[in-house]
Parts: sequence; structure tokens; C-alpha cells
Amino acid sequence: MNPSSLIGKEIPRVDGPLKVTGRAHYAADVAVDELLHGYVLSSGIARGWIRKIDTAIASSVQGVVQIYTHENRPDTAWFDRKYRDDDSPQGSPFRPLGSDKILYSGQPIALVVANSLNAARYAASLIEVEYGVEPHVTSLETQREKAFQPGRAKSGYEPPPKPKGNPEEAYAAAPHKIEARYSTAIQHHNPMEPHASTVIRSHDGHLTIYDKTQGVLNCQTYVCNVFNLKKDQVRILSPFVGGAFGSGLRPQYQLFLAVMASLDLQSSVRVMLSRQQMFSFGHRPRSLQKLQMAADEAGNLQAITHEAISETSHFEDYVEQIVGWSGMTYACDNIRLDHKIARLDTYTPLDMRAPGATSGVYALETAIDELAVASGIDPLAFRIKNFTTQHPLKNKPFSSKELLACYEQAAARFGWQARKKEARSMREGRKLIGWGMATGVWEAYQRPASAEAILYGDGRLVVSSATSDFGTGTYTIMTQIAAATLGLPLDAVSFKLGDSSLAEAPLSGGSFTASSVGTAVMKVCEKIRHKVFAMAKKMEGSPFAEQSYEDVEFADGFLHRKSNPAQMLSIASVLSYSGVGSLQEELKAMPDVPKQESHERATHSAFFVEVKVDEDFGTVEVSRVVSAVAAGRIINPLTARSQILGGVVWGISQALHEESYLDHKIGRFMNHDFAEYHIPVQADIKDIDVIFVEEHDEIVNPLGIKGLGEIGIVGVSAAVGNAIFHATGTRLRDLPFTLDKLISSSH
Amino acid sequence: MRPFTLERASDISSAIEAFKAHQQSQFIGGGTNLVDLMRANVVQAEHVVDIVGLPWHEISEREDGGVRIGSLVSNADVAWNPLIEARYPLLAKAILAGASPQLRNMATTGGNLLQRTRCYYFYDTATSCNKRNPGSGCAAKAGVNRIHAILGASESCIAVHPSDMCVALAALEAEVRVVSDAGERLIPFADFHRLPGDSPEIDNNLQAGELITAVELPKQGFAQHFSYIKIRDRQSYAFALVSVAVGLHIEGGVIQKARIALGGVAHKPWRRPEAEALLENRSIQSIDARAVADLILEGAQGLSFNEFKIPLARRAIGRALEEALGQEALS
Amino acid sequence: MDPSIAEDAKGPSWHRSSVSDTAHELRMQVNGVATHLHVEPWTSLLDALRENLGLTGTKRGCDHGQCGACTVLVNGRRINSCLALAALQDGASVTTIEGLAQGDQLSPMQEAFIEADAFQCGFCTPGQICSAMGLLAEGRAKTQDEIREQMSGNLCRCGAYTNILAAVEKVLHSEGKGQHS
Repeated sequence: MNPSSLIGKEIPRVDGPLKVTGRAHYAADVAVDELLHGYVLSSGIARGWIRKIDTAIASSVQGVVQIYTHENRPDTAWFDRKYRDDDSPQGSPFRPLGSDKILYSGQPIALVVANSLNAARYAASLIEVEYGVEPHVTSLETQREKAFQPGRAKSGYEPPPKPKGNPEEAYAAAPHKIEARYSTAIQHHNPMEPHASTVIRSHDGHLTIYDKTQGVLNCQTYVCNVFNLKKDQVRILSPFVGGAFGSGLRPQYQLFLAVMASLDLQSSVRVMLSRQQMFSFGHRPRSLQKLQMAADEAGNLQAITHEAISETSHFEDYVEQIVGWSGMTYACDNIRLDHKIARLDTYTPLDMRAPGATSGVYALETAIDELAVASGIDPLAFRIKNFTTQHPLKNKPFSSKELLACYEQAAARFGWQARKKEARSMREGRKLIGWGMATGVWEAYQRPASAEAILYGDGRLVVSSATSDFGTGTYTIMTQIAAATLGLPLDAVSFKLGDSSLAEAPLSGGSFTASSVGTAVMKVCEKIRHKVFAMAKKMEGSPFAEQSYEDVEFADGFLHRKSNPAQMLSIASVLSYSGVGSLQEELKAMPDVPKQESHERATHSAFFVEVKVDEDFGTVEVSRVVSAVAAGRIINPLTARSQILGGVVWGISQALHEESYLDHKIGRFMNHDFAEYHIPVQADIKDIDVIFVEEHDEIVNPLGIKGLGEIGIVGVSAAVGNAIFHATGTRLRDLPFTLDKLISSSH
Repeated sequence: MRPFTLERASDISSAIEAFKAHQQSQFIGGGTNLVDLMRANVVQAEHVVDIVGLPWHEISEREDGGVRIGSLVSNADVAWNPLIEARYPLLAKAILAGASPQLRNMATTGGNLLQRTRCYYFYDTATSCNKRNPGSGCAAKAGVNRIHAILGASESCIAVHPSDMCVALAALEAEVRVVSDAGERLIPFADFHRLPGDSPEIDNNLQAGELITAVELPKQGFAQHFSYIKIRDRQSYAFALVSVAVGLHIEGGVIQKARIALGGVAHKPWRRPEAEALLENRSIQSIDARAVADLILEGAQGLSFNEFKIPLARRAIGRALEEALGQEALS
Repeated sequence: MDPSIAEDAKGPSWHRSSVSDTAHELRMQVNGVATHLHVEPWTSLLDALRENLGLTGTKRGCDHGQCGACTVLVNGRRINSCLALAALQDGASVTTIEGLAQGDQLSPMQEAFIEADAFQCGFCTPGQICSAMGLLAEGRAKTQDEIREQMSGNLCRCGAYTNILAAVEKVLHSEGKGQHS
């Protein structure tokens, strides 16, 4: 890559001007002539069947075109495998309006299609449903005994490895030990943009679908399989996605319903979910966890036992990596990990920002804090003492792990050395002040990905891949990587994404878009570079006739001799001389698996948090956060910082606010709106500092990128809880730490 | 939402006439709550009468030294009115603790009084709710009742009134001026909202076809000694779990008049005059705040998830009294 | 976007053809352009802007007045357009996100949002920016905490709050300087 490149520069988002002027079009924004609007009616019970569904009155509402229920919905694929997608767990994927069975509260049971949203919504309220009610279970606590080891899990999930050493014996023998139970709450992704699909039907029956998704190809395959269509009949577009956080990893039911109605009515159809319906298709599962940990006199970890139970639905076996982090973060010779799942009458849980780690590392990092306190050692010193450069269960070295630098730099910025060990040692007026910290960890993946590049005769470069940007900065960093590789000015390069007709890319999730697609973009641009060089070499009187590829640098739209930069040719002139209108290349970048597998690959972070607690009221303010992140090479510190800021806000939200309240009696989420499902508002967020520590890693991928989407959240809630303990002396173990929990634990 | 007809009223009598001409009528002012309720199918209307054209947009001083706030003045305009800021800072503070700037720009004074509860079950038409659908039962009682009432609840309803402004108006002992085709009347604030009893579908004592024209503030605004404390799940843009409005009139170190109202705990802003009496005619040095709080919360009953509101309210009353007493108590 | 798009209700023809007996005639200045359209009594201002006028910069985040994504300025004041009935806005002057830039020249607030990276997915951004414009006009926010409180009617799920604060603060202070100089 070009040394004087755009990599590592703070480049404002290339899609910024569109976003600040309202010209960025999201899935429900595209204007379509004669568009029909679909509105979903949701089930009011959690389990049972539809005895009768009467649409007569609803059908008479002016503007209503059709009402679909399980009784009249058009036939779709018969086999479960046709409904599977790239993020499906094992099981039978949910089929909207598939039968009279009610599997969960909020399940779509009818789609009203009308010529206006209001007519559809109003008509939906007039549909009369008689249910046959069966008993349901939505409380994970009651299903502990029925929890089971998941069988074949979905791709990406590794079951906990076999135990190491003898944790029970080591625990019994150790001088310092803790045993505690922790729980985390159900959360819903709730991106600001509700899920929507706009299906535009052309006269020849082709479908162009604007969908809210993190994977246009995943949706294209799904639509083709379910509706028996050919790939050239279906194009999925998602140029802009109004946040997703995992909610767009699977094709959601609005896509199915919009396509179904469009095909049946031979019309363009939009289905947008209501905010309430954003609580009806997947969530971060609740987890019940138990940790036993022990340390010797000096504070060296002797034993870790981490058990977890989380829920899945009755139709799929969702499981996420909750306990695995306890086997990879600290040095320890005796480790046992266990994770079971239990069935509830809810929808299948769904990966949500840092799935598993958000829950598991919360418990681990709280337990570490508890053990540090029990051992009489500063929590930061305790973590440093137990630092490891090897994965303790796999006995593999980390490809890089600048966690100590994270600790050091963040602690210094925060002023940790001034911390008094005792809880309740700092006060400001009526408020108790506490300082806490935690470690964060997430895996660094790379997946196969393709990119296409077209270099035009005028020096413009268009690079594309069917990946997505849902606020992650993909547009911008791919533009930077392409421009840097070919030595072009930023404004000569454009990057296209969110289109199923583009080069193949994996689902965007797990923090692997930058590493996977970035590598493909770099490599395809390198390929073009080689071609341009070859063409330049052949030009008559070429200054590069005797040069090798390595002797030449690409910068500012020119090829320069490294030894004599004044000797140069513009890229445009090379193409024009060669009589080539444009150069086009497509390339699939594969991970170097043997190289990668020789090491454990992960991002790390450290969070230092100050809280102010009003002890009378139990209200907590996170007044200061310093985060330090080791995530390999940072392409764009501006957008990278935003990723971490967002993660920290999510962590604060997990710590203090977020919980979907299930009414177990009726099996229904009750706080299904933004007034009562609390995420932080502007007033909740104070100072957040972000440090990126230097980390070089040539093993993870050629760019040395580790990804940033998840690492910002993992561990934050533990740091907040640890700070609350330091402030108040009260240890809270059940997220979120709402004021009622602090009040009932004090006085 | 259900289709309805919309009519703009040009004067009071035509507004009332238009309202009465239909079975299911609603007046609309700011609409922040009504439009939402109609869209959620919680409230149905066949005819909506727009009263924004009626002449209730002024804040004016009354001859007796009080202030009249026209019912159509927006919440933001009340909170930022110099007269209100100077003489009724308790009211300004309470208003600014509620909702968001956008909503405060839209919502009217009259509408704030009439806003409906935020009980999850009231809003969710798939559940049973006596307030929304009389006789259907109350799912909240055995459900997620973390935000619900600890005082004045009934077998049929445990909802709370969501307003911040009304808590301050209760403490200020405002009066609600209403008009109907039978003429005008004044309703003392304490009598405006009601407890749910067996008819939780009725929030207040406004009669059908009556319109709020103004809120009348008495001269005493407690501008020297007041407090509004709101405790909620986040720092802004959330409904109160508990709020407390305190107004004290102190002369020569003696409390002449004390008013305390609680929000987030009952179907209406909660007052207990006997508790206020414990403070009156007492030196600020000899206040038993605990006894005051105990009396206000006498009979408070927690449910499965809202027990915490009782100690929370107790502590909030103490803190609010302390704040209202301010420097004088310390000197 | 060409502001003339709002000129004569160039919504999809489906909507144009469905003017019913119950529809109300509505005249508004939208982003400085006189518009004339017909809306049903129950049509929200948000729907009128998005569906009838094709101004989809204003977003539907919740349709309950609980997120602020639909914030627009009506007669200079910020409101939640999802809770406003369009028919009641007759005669109003409405400014949406599409009306803030002068051609390609972004307004200072839009520039500041880009510079501070005050958004990620961008969905709440039109509402945030309109809300910030309302905040400036109100003139009630001076300190960081006051900006935080007065921008709390706009949720951002991506968590860009600190950068939004920086953007608003920058414009607030540069405007202040402009007035004094």
C-alpha cells in the first residue's frame, strides 16, 4: 500500500452530504408509482391457534385491496431448507402466515394491503380473531431444569471446549474465591429505521426490492428459494440502512410479506413495520449465568467455571458464544465452561451487537472485579497479573494482543492511579462517586469476499461489492482503501454497495466487513495496478520500460518512479495511450486459513468508567468513560472513533436502561415503544474518550484490520457495574441496573 | 387510524355545537396525545373539532395578582414566559422536566391536563384494560406494573397520570376554567382529576362538551421556596417514576403555607393536605420531614414490581423539602 | 434536491388520483415553496411530506412522538410531524431537512454534522439537524448540559450523541460570535 496514503486519515464520511440533506434514501423512502401499502396484524396471544379470523369488515374499508391470512396466503416453498438463510440456527425457520399455529405473541397473522398506509392500518384493527389458547412459557427461570446442550449450532458458533485441569479441586483449594450468579436482560435491536421492504414490480415481473438488510445476497437467495424465482428476477437494494445492529442479518418477515403480496397482486408493495412490531422478530436472549473463580494469595487465577443458560424458540436452536470468553481472556490452568439453551414461547433470538460477548463478558468482568476485591488487589493490577498472550484452552498464541497498552494508556488518561481501593470513598455533595474498569474482547474474523473495480480512461475508479453500510462507515473506508491502493485522489473514487447485482460479499456482521471486503477491495485494486503498470511499461518511451513493478509508486493519479518521482505518467494517459476505455477486474479474496489458524485472533479493549450515584434515588450517571481499543490497523480514525463511541453508548444502555419487559402471564413484551423501552438520550451521555492503541498484525489479514463494530460495547456494562460497586459498596448482578435495584439493595 | 371528519371551530359555541352533533367527538388542540391514541386505536373518533382558532392563546395577569394561562398556550410558551419564570418557577421547572422540546412546542396547557395514562396495557389493544375497554379487566395488576400506582389505585385500575405540569399546578392550587353551553365554571385543581374507582375510563371531572379555556394561577407562586424533583429511568425524555412538587411560603423563618404534590404515584397528582398542615406555622428549624412524608404516603401499597416507589417517594419528598427550604434552613 | 419538487404535490399518481370527499385543501409554504395539496383529515404532516410531497428526508422512526426522527420546523418551531395533523397546518410555513441547504451550499449545521461525524446510519440525522435549528432559534441553550437536555427529544441508536453535541455547540458558538462582532 502507498505509504503516503489515505489510510489512517480522518476522512469525513463520503455519504455525509446525502445524509445531512435528506437525500439518502432508505428502504421506505423510494418513490414508486401506484405503490400499495401493507400493514401487519400481530398476534395477541403467545401460544395456541387461530380458531377463526374474520376479515369481512376490514375488507370493506375504502382502499383495501387484499387481506392475507394463513387461510388464503399464496403457496410458497414446501421445505424448511428453502427458508434458511446465512444466519439461520438449526431448526425450522418461521414461515409468515404459514399455518393457524401461534408460536409467539406478536407473530404476524394477517397482512392488509391497501392503497394507503392509513387504510391498511385501520383495516387491520378491524380484523376479528378468535384464538384457541394453549399454555405458554416465557420465563427462562422456570426452564432451568429443561435446558439442554444445543446440537448442531449455526455457523460461527463454537461450543465450549473441553474442560482444562480440575477447576473444582483448584477452586476448593484456593485462598480467594467467589461464586456468583448474574443475569442479563432481553433486548431488542430497535434501529431507528423500522424494518421495511419496498418491492417494485416491473412490467415484465422482475422485482427490485429496497430492503432493510445487512446482506442483500442473503435476502436475494431467500426470496428466490421461498418464492421459486430465478436470481435474475430479483434484485435487492439497500444503499442506506438506518441502523441494524444485527436485526438485518436475517431476512425478516416484512420482506416475505411484501414479496408475497407483490407477486400475488402483480403490483408494487411496501411493508413497513411499526415500532411495536420491531419487538416481534428476534432479540438478544436473556442469560442466567453462574461463575466460580478462585485466585491464589498473589492474585493468580486458579480456577474459572462459567455456566450459562439462554433461551431459544420452539422452532430453532439459537445459541451464541456467552461463556467462551472466560476461556480465552486470562491465564488460568483450570477452566470449565458450559452453555445450555431452553425453549420459550418467543421468537428465535437474533444476533445483536456483540452477541454473546455482551452478556458473557459482562459476567466474567464483574466476577473478575469481585475476585480482585476478595483478593485485596486493585482490579487493574489483578487483570494485568493474569494477562496472557496465549489462548489458555487452545494453547495458541494471539496474533497480536496490545491489551496491556490499552490498560496503560486508558488508565493514565483516566487518572486511575488516584483511585482509593475502598468502596464509598468518594463523594460529591449528595452523590457517591465510583471508578470501575473492565476488559473487552471480540474475535477478529475474515470471511471470503469479492470486489469489482473499474478504472475509467479519465482516471475515475468505481469499486463495488454487495456489502453494506448501516452506519459502519463502509462506503468511506472502502473508498479510502481503493484510493490508497491505486494512488488516486479520494474524489476520483466511488464505492458501491447494497446491491445484490454486485460482487459477492458476506453478511455484514461480526465486525468482519472491513477485514473481508477491505481485503478484496485492496486486492482487486492491486490487480488493476499491475495491469496499469504493465500497460505503462509498454508505452513508447516509457520512463518505466526498465523498471519492475516494485520500483513504481502510484500517487495523485500518477505512476512515479520511486527513485525519481519526477519521472511519471498519469494513469489516464496510460489508459488513453493503450486505447483502453476502461479496465475492469473482479476478485475474490480468501482468508489465508493456515496462517490465520496458527494463531488466535481477537480485538481487545479496556474501559474505565466514572459514575455518580444518587444513593437516595438509586439514579446513576456515567459521568466519564475512557476507552482504549487494540483493533489492528485503523483505516479512518474519525469513523472508527464513532464506532467505539456508539459501542460505549450501547454499553451504558445495557448497564442502566435497556430491557424488554416480558409479561409472563400473557407472554408478551409490554414496553414496546421508545417511551418505555429506554435507550439513552442525549442528556444521558457525557464525556467518552476513545484511544486507539498501536497494534500491528500481519496474520489477521493483509490489511491488518480487526474490525470495530462490536469491541466498543463488550465489557462496558461490567465497568459501569464495577464503578457502581466502588461508589456504593453494593454489588448488582442483574442487568440493567435500574434505580429500583439500587434502592432495594441499599438501606 | 379510523377515518374521521375534521372541522375547524371559529368560536366557542360552534365548537361545542360541532362536538355535540356527533356520537364520538374529540376536541383537538396540540394533538400530541390524541393523534397518537387515535392511531393506536385506543381512542376512536368520528368527528374531530379543531379548537386552535379559539381565543385562548394568552398569558395575562389577573386583577387579584394571579395569572391566567389560556388553555391553548403551548407548554413551551408557558415555561418560557417571563411572568411564569419570575413568579411561578415551580411551574416552569415542572413543564421543562416533561416530554421533549418538540412536544412542548406542540402540546397545549389544556391538553396537558387531559393527557391519558402511559400504562403499557392501556396502549396495547391486545390486552385487557378497564380504562380503555371498561369491564375487560386490568392486566397490569398481575403484569408488568413497575410504573404503576402506589396510592389511590382501585381493583379495576392501577394507572398513573403522566403529567409533570399537573403536579406543579396541584401544588400551586390552580383552578381550571371550563366553558360549556351551560356557561362557565371553575374547578379547583384537586377536583379536576379523579381516582379510578370503578370507572377508570373517566380520567377527570370535565363533562362531555365542556372545554378548558384557561388555567388560573393564584397570586401565591412560591417563587422563593419551591422544588420540583423528577426521578425517572433516564436523565430526560422519560415519564416520572416519582416526582414531587413543593411550594413553601416562609416569613420570618416560619412556614406560612406549604403545598406538596406527587406525580407518578397515582391516577391524579397526589396531595395530602393534612401533611401540608404539619409544616404550616412551624419554624423551618423544627420540621419533621419524615412525619410529613409518612403522612403523604399513608396507605401506599406496592405491587409486584413497583414496591420501590414507596421508599423512592419518601426520599424524594425529603429531598424536595430540603431544596425548597434552601439556604434559609441552613442559616 | 430540487426544492421545486414540492411545487404541486408531485407524489405518486396513486395518491393524486385518490382525492376523496373528505379531503381537506391545504396550502403551506414548504421549504419556501408554496404548495397546494389535498389531504385526508387523518393524514399526519409526516405522511403529507413523505407521501404527498415526496420529501422523504423526514423520517418515520416511531410514529408516536417518542424518537424525534420526524422533527421539522413549523413556523420556525421544531415539532414532531408524526403527531401533527396535516390538515391543521393550513397556512403554515414548514422547513424540512431538504430546505436547509442553498443549492449545493450546505448550512453551517449540516457542515458541522459532517465535520464532527455526528451520525452513523444517518436515519435520525434529518430530525437531529432540524431539532438543532429549532434549538438555535429558541436561544435557550448556552452550556453543554443545556444543549444535551434540549437535544434529548431526538434519539440516536447509533450513539453519536457526543459528536452531535460537538456539532451543535460549534454552530451555537460561531453564531454567538457572529452576533457580537
